[in-house]
Amino acid sequence: MLGPDVTWYLAIAGTLFATGALGVLLRRSPLIVLLSLEIMLNGANLALIAFARQLGDGSGQIFALAVMAVAASEVVVGLGMIVAMARRRLDLDVDSLTELRG
Amino acid sequence: MGNFLVWVVWFVAAFACIGSAVAVVSFSNPFFSAIALIGNLASLAVLYLLLAAEFVAAAQVLVYAGAVVVMFLFVIAYLGGRADAPWAGRSTWQLFAAVIAASALLLEIVLAVGLKAGGRLSDEATIDESFGSPAAIGRLFLSDHLLAFEITSIVLLVAAVGGVVLGARSRRPAEQQVEPL
Repeated sequence: MLGPDVTWYLAIAGTLFATGALGVLLRRSPLIVLLSLEIMLNGANLALIAFARQLGDGSGQIFALAVMAVAASEVVVGLGMIVAMARRRLDLDVDSLTELRG
Repeated sequence: MGNFLVWVVWFVAAFACIGSAVAVVSFSNPFFSAIALIGNLASLAVLYLLLAAEFVAAAQVLVYAGAVVVMFLFVIAYLGGRADAPWAGRSTWQLFAAVIAASALLLEIVLAVGLKAGGRLSDEATIDESFGSPAAIGRLFLSDHLLAFEITSIVLLVAAVGGVVLGARSRRPAEQQVEPL
């Protein structure tokens, strides 16, 4: 393969995953937590596609597409919850949300 | 020459990718975070192209930059100023613990990749022209991974229904105006 081998792509994937995890743990706005979750999912996707290339097996790419669909679903439900929270005049802060029943 | 060019493209894409990821996490304005996510997704699509995943790269741009980020921007615009989340307010031990946990995760990944798989990842399989093309992906989806394909569609359907349920204005009995006859 031209260019860097798969190890380099895995390093990028790991860095993305850790950056996203830092955002999920550190930020208080549910919007930014969702955006950081997207970064984590994309790091996992990059690892899947790198291994698909390494093994010459297309199943990894199928898996990445399935992860993409799950990420889109997660955004729909997450953003719906944020809009519902905003309608109920709840504080948009993940630390202050301590019970499921509004 | 071709090898050098691929390295240059990889470097640019990789640094754009990590830089925009850090930007998403560190901007205090969610609007800028969502814009930075577009850069992250675009540079990831370039990396996917280098890994011979053409269809996934196209789907990445269409699904993420086209749909997910637009949805984020709509919600940020709907919330207006309430969406802003300043950094202050987290207690110090929480901040400390978050940094420790994230760096432990990074260290674990680097160790796993470097020690367990370091030497064995340099020789990859030879692939033909059609690897990662829409035709090859479609054939795999409808033959070997048919169940995953169907489950994905059900997941999307459930998410769409959930989005409608969450977004629908709840009608409480007290709010309903009874029209006089």
